[in-house]
Amino acid sequence: MPHMAIQYIYGSNYIDSLLAINGLQVVINNFTYLLEGALLTLQITILSVVFGMLLGLITGLFKLSKNRILFTIATAYIDFFRGTPLYVQILLLYFGILPLFMNFDNPFIPAVIAISLNCGAYIAEIVRAGIQAVDRGQMEAARSLGMTTRQAMTYVILPQAYKIVIPPLLNEFIAVLKDTSLVAVISAEELTLRGKLLYSTYFEAAWIWGTVAVIYFIMTKILAILGDYIERRMATE
Amino acid sequence: MKKVVKLLVVSLLIMGLAFSAVGCTKKAAEETKTPAPAAKKVLTVGSETTYAPFEFAENGQYVGFDMDLIRAIGAVEGYDVKINTLGFDALIPAVQAGTVDCCISAMTIKEDRAKVIDFSTPYFKAGLIVAVAQNNTTIKSIDDLKGKRLAAEVGTTGLDASNGLKAKDPKTTVKVFDSVGEAFMELEKGGVDAVINDMPVTSYYIKTTGKDKVKTVGEVFAAEDQYGIGVKKGNAELLAKINDGIAKLKANGEYDKIYKKWFGDLK
Repeated sequence: MPHMAIQYIYGSNYIDSLLAINGLQVVINNFTYLLEGALLTLQITILSVVFGMLLGLITGLFKLSKNRILFTIATAYIDFFRGTPLYVQILLLYFGILPLFMNFDNPFIPAVIAISLNCGAYIAEIVRAGIQAVDRGQMEAARSLGMTTRQAMTYVILPQAYKIVIPPLLNEFIAVLKDTSLVAVISAEELTLRGKLLYSTYFEAAWIWGTVAVIYFIMTKILAILGDYIERRMATE
Repeated sequence: MKKVVKLLVVSLLIMGLAFSAVGCTKKAAEETKTPAPAAKKVLTVGSETTYAPFEFAENGQYVGFDMDLIRAIGAVEGYDVKINTLGFDALIPAVQAGTVDCCISAMTIKEDRAKVIDFSTPYFKAGLIVAVAQNNTTIKSIDDLKGKRLAAEVGTTGLDASNGLKAKDPKTTVKVFDSVGEAFMELEKGGVDAVINDMPVTSYYIKTTGKDKVKTVGEVFAAEDQYGIGVKKGNAELLAKINDGIAKLKANGEYDKIYKKWFGDLK
């Protein structure tokens, strides 16, 4: 139907002339190539978010711990990864640190490690803030019922913190999805590097980067809609 | 559902309008650009400045063969040369968009590039070479690269050659980096088996940073490849000036001086 509307307004030659645009041709011919890149973007994002959540939960709890050593480890980790650019972290890890331990044939694992470490630091702060946002009285009440701190944490505090943490966590997922564009620098052929490769071959900046942006936007929008849905579900419960 | 269709139609129409509008302004801009101001003009030059010895940063200055050449051209043609550093893949779009007047970046003149920008007369003959780790004894020439792991810089003829090998043998993998320095790092740490890149740059790298770590193997290939300075398609005035500059520098011996300075012991 949009077809017909365009024909009606621009005349029947409009679609032909549209298809004659070189940039559009490039985008159409290489669309699956870009989508394959987007798939890798999604894979890196999902794995990084999963590992980042584990890491974030642990270090977030460490940060609240009364044990000085755990607290110091968590603080150092969070401060470093939040205080330096992700781009630099990726380069440092890939060219500087990982080669000391082992060699990766494929940049996929190094990319996931770098993004997980970074996103873990942000999630740690989200977790810490979420736990601290639960009323102090809850812990006191649970403790006075005879629960240990660990029990109170698991059965009383965390379930409540969970709800508070959902919205900022979803924001973080969207941020991670966009941040994966930086692993292009270590030759991980995700969406941005695929775009770059097309652009360096066909020189159609507006069409190629426009398409890349739209694909990113669709992915983040789906995440945001999913986030809204989960939030609503949680609110009615 | 109806709403979605409506939205789609409207957004398509807006896109169509937007792009036709872009087309119009482009033409208008080209037409009005012809008259040139009389005062000493600034020549904004784009370059990917991590490509020693052609263009690289030293003590906060952009130096190298290309940098000396373009400044010398500026001097004989009456331009103030200003260098903008950009990614190699961004150079041609920048020239097209007019954000830089020209680009000099060890850029090989090749057909698909010459379709979208105009090139000056060739100013340097380069060719490609294969680099491998010092201790590699299995790769002796480009023929041994089938099925191997390769690295190259985005947008370069070295990447084209690597992809060509991949097309012949799908087992070959090609890693793409923003600068050739990263490709060499990948080679040094063993992430790839070989790097295909412009011969003078690889030689320079081996002489300096890559000493005892990297070596070249086999003959120079694609030796007929030559570098050119890129200008916006149809900018005949600037192209003529640049060509005139190159000719003057070759005639008065300045070109040879610059060549000796950077490649005195090459060949």
